[in-house]
Amino acid sequence: MTNHWIDLGNSDCILIMGSNAAENHPISFKWVNKAIEQGATLISVDPRFTRSSSKAHIYAPIRSGTDIAFLGGMIKYILDNDLYFREYVAEYTNAAFILTGKYSFEDGLFSGYNSKTKSYDRSYWAFEKDEKGIPKKDSSLKDPRCVFLQLKKHYSRYDLDKVSAITGTPKDALVKVYKAYAATGKPNKVGTIMYAMGWTQHTVGTQNIRTMAMIQLLLGNIGMAGGGVNALRGESNVQGSTDHCLLWHIWPGYLQTPKASKATLAAYNESATPKTNDPMSANWWSNYPKYSVSFLKSMFGNKADEKNGFGYQWLPKVDDGEDYSWLSLFDEMYKGKFEGFFAWGQNPACSGANANKNRKAMAKLKWLGNVNMFENETGSFWKGPEMNPKEIKTEVFFLPCAVSAEKEGSITNSGRWMQWRYGAANPPGKAKPDGEIIVELFDKIRKLYKKDKGKFPEPVVNLKWDYATKGKFDPHKVAKEINGYFLKDITVGDTTYKKGTLVPSFAFLKDDGSTSSGNWLYCNSYTEKGNMAARRNLKDSSGIGLYAEWSWCWPVNRRIIYNRASVDSKGKPWNPDKPVIRWEGSKWVGDVPDGGWPPLANPDGTPNPKSKYPFIMKPEGHAHIFGPGRPDGPFPEHYEPLECPVEKNLMSSQFINPTVQLFGTEMDKFFTCDPRYPFVGTTYRVTEHWQTGLATRWQPWLLEAQPQQFCEMSEELAGLRGIKNGDKVLVESARGKVTAIAIVTKRFKPFTVMGQTVHEVGLPWCYGWVHPKDGGDSSNLLTPSVGDPNTRIPETKAFMVNVRKA
Amino acid sequence: MKVTRRNFIKISGVTATGLFFSQLGFDLSPVSAYAQALRIKGAKETTTICPYCGVGCGIICHSSRGKVINTEGDPDHPINQGALCAKGAALYQWVVNENRVTTPLYRAPGSSKWKSVSWDWALDEIAKRVKTSRDKGFVKTNAKGQVVNRTDSIAHIGSAALDNEECWTLQAMMRALGLVYIEHQARI
Repeated sequence: MTNHWIDLGNSDCILIMGSNAAENHPISFKWVNKAIEQGATLISVDPRFTRSSSKAHIYAPIRSGTDIAFLGGMIKYILDNDLYFREYVAEYTNAAFILTGKYSFEDGLFSGYNSKTKSYDRSYWAFEKDEKGIPKKDSSLKDPRCVFLQLKKHYSRYDLDKVSAITGTPKDALVKVYKAYAATGKPNKVGTIMYAMGWTQHTVGTQNIRTMAMIQLLLGNIGMAGGGVNALRGESNVQGSTDHCLLWHIWPGYLQTPKASKATLAAYNESATPKTNDPMSANWWSNYPKYSVSFLKSMFGNKADEKNGFGYQWLPKVDDGEDYSWLSLFDEMYKGKFEGFFAWGQNPACSGANANKNRKAMAKLKWLGNVNMFENETGSFWKGPEMNPKEIKTEVFFLPCAVSAEKEGSITNSGRWMQWRYGAANPPGKAKPDGEIIVELFDKIRKLYKKDKGKFPEPVVNLKWDYATKGKFDPHKVAKEINGYFLKDITVGDTTYKKGTLVPSFAFLKDDGSTSSGNWLYCNSYTEKGNMAARRNLKDSSGIGLYAEWSWCWPVNRRIIYNRASVDSKGKPWNPDKPVIRWEGSKWVGDVPDGGWPPLANPDGTPNPKSKYPFIMKPEGHAHIFGPGRPDGPFPEHYEPLECPVEKNLMSSQFINPTVQLFGTEMDKFFTCDPRYPFVGTTYRVTEHWQTGLATRWQPWLLEAQPQQFCEMSEELAGLRGIKNGDKVLVESARGKVTAIAIVTKRFKPFTVMGQTVHEVGLPWCYGWVHPKDGGDSSNLLTPSVGDPNTRIPETKAFMVNVRKA
Repeated sequence: MKVTRRNFIKISGVTATGLFFSQLGFDLSPVSAYAQALRIKGAKETTTICPYCGVGCGIICHSSRGKVINTEGDPDHPINQGALCAKGAALYQWVVNENRVTTPLYRAPGSSKWKSVSWDWALDEIAKRVKTSRDKGFVKTNAKGQVVNRTDSIAHIGSAALDNEECWTLQAMMRALGLVYIEHQARI
């Protein structure tokens, strides 16, 4: 979230699309309701009429996988009716930038496409630059090559007839949504978006979100109270686990995992640090080397020094151009690449797309370590459906761990609030907190390497590993390391910071090895003033519910990011009723500003050369309406899902996202427009279960409320297949089948798509064969192992199935 | 009168008799609140954050003699203000649940059952396998001859259910072991 949960209450118009907050993030509705009480409009766009829809002023049904068409139509509506926030768009985004003649778009493809590699040469999407190397701008937005007019041209194709024919959304519903949301283009009106996996789990997932981010920029809604782009995260600490980068492509704090071509730390830092020639651009990532070196100092402590590149060589490098993400990981496992595998607090036998492939892949392992609280479909895969334990040679170690309330530490919510929690009790029996398991396991591995040497022991024996107190994992020690220390006395201005004290904020970090910080984004979270995440002060002088002294929020306790875009050039809030920050002659008041520089203009309106553009994380300081960094195109374009019910893409002759990469094992089967699989399928959750149900299926209270797998379908589809409410049905895709109880409902209605009737069905993915015995298995047995080209998140929200009576 | 848990505890001492009679008035809600209050009387109160979705609601845990005896929404928490959804309200049953595994288990190759083992044995055996697999699958240089120093024979996933401090420590361990296949829930 750029904003946070309480801030939803500040909004004038809330769009819930790609999520079902009322059921999956129920308490968010406390704040949605507050906004409604104050006159806000609530819009729900969903293939199914959900409980979120039931609270909405406007509901629009949409065929799964067509969100870009829907939102592209909104962009056209905003531009055609001049409803965009002109000053914001011209000054704070790259709408005024001029594209070179190499950029073009034709019949679904952008310039620079290579059909052999299914990838783009992004140098085709560059900006014209002046003699100083600064992008040329036309603030009048009249240059035909400027981003704004190229945007207008691109989305002129998304007219109501076409959009309605693709999405199955009636035209009057489209116009209602567009009109209500576009009304937030006024400077003092603010709209927000609540999205979740309904947007990410598509082969165009990133571009779904980008389309909305572009709308938010056109309407001037980013940086504002009640605005922003808000991902509703599904796990209590998926924000924190992402920030700390349990992901192949990034190091903690969103630093890049080094590639093989970057042989030295200097080459790595050089390539990762963006450059700008514009003195008005803060280009915050120019600080990159300070963060990477401080991270290495946290990793290797005293062992990391200038001579050994601070241990850069001790960390693994990935091959350039290769992908190591979830889907590739299971593809390689299926092909037998791995001997060992840790499934730590995760259940891929049910949570991963094409779960049959994952289950079979695990049978190729020599050993599996499974850390969890309950028996689950991953740890016990060898005795699951269609498995013969005798033939499965995988050794499995199940390690029982503590639950949240049995240990101390912090988690970070969707709104980036890092909140400390305390241990209330001891884990039962011999179960242990994960932290203890990690420390004890690595102690043992390290002992072996010290004793027997082995391959490349340096990183193993040199890792800084002093996080235990009296032999037990100590979260405070780690939290302090994540924040970072001064490693020698450092004087800044009049103040000397002593060696061994905690760094007050990331502005103090250095690239010479004199500071450490395990994650620069969390620098300022645990300082000499104490553990900021543990704060419980309810004082709130902001008037907009920032609660600046409750817990702590990254970065540097800034509660609404990009907040320097919430004010005009003189530092006056666009929305004076709900100011996030404002300039008071010599300083900013309100939220922690995105940098302390003065406003762009002096009181007399002349430019202030000491200022910086508001979007400080972008090299040019302007938000990206044109996004040249995405591998699948600078403007979002509608493509059909890999499996879809239509024979053509109405927008172009590119049927699916042209940069999608497919896997080639016999388990990776896909059928589109195949009469055997005539219905669109999608997945979701229910309030009473969480993710694969691993942590809810074992609770009698919750299981009683939602006891088994079901398949929701329209009355029309049920009639067509002779299915009655409560019947047992078989749902099949190219990859697997699931037995479910039919729920015949008015919540699904058939769509009219390109003149044809299209049915859609939905299943929760919260069940598994281990428990309860008659509860049914995971709906991910049906979903395809194909990913978005940016993130490789699988397309589990739109695929094709058949449904029949079991 | 609206009786919340907190002010009820404060007033219950003086209104206990009145409560008895109010039962005759068929208003049972204060009585059930009173019964709840008795349940947590003298218990230790600690705060936690809900382990389910990403809203980050506050929960109070009541514990006694090292065991959790009650969980409920934290009325002081600015996001949920005491409210919880069905899952958050069922946290107690996640913690106190007879189905939880309480000892390390091992499944041998070809076996059809689990066997209880000690922590020491389990972690020793995993450590040996990590070393053997790492040493066998370690890649010093790639096909282009570039130094990569990585372990291609072990993969890791998880977890968004861990605390921040555990996530950081876990990534440190996995990266020091040379793993590049490190993924978790954020990717799905």
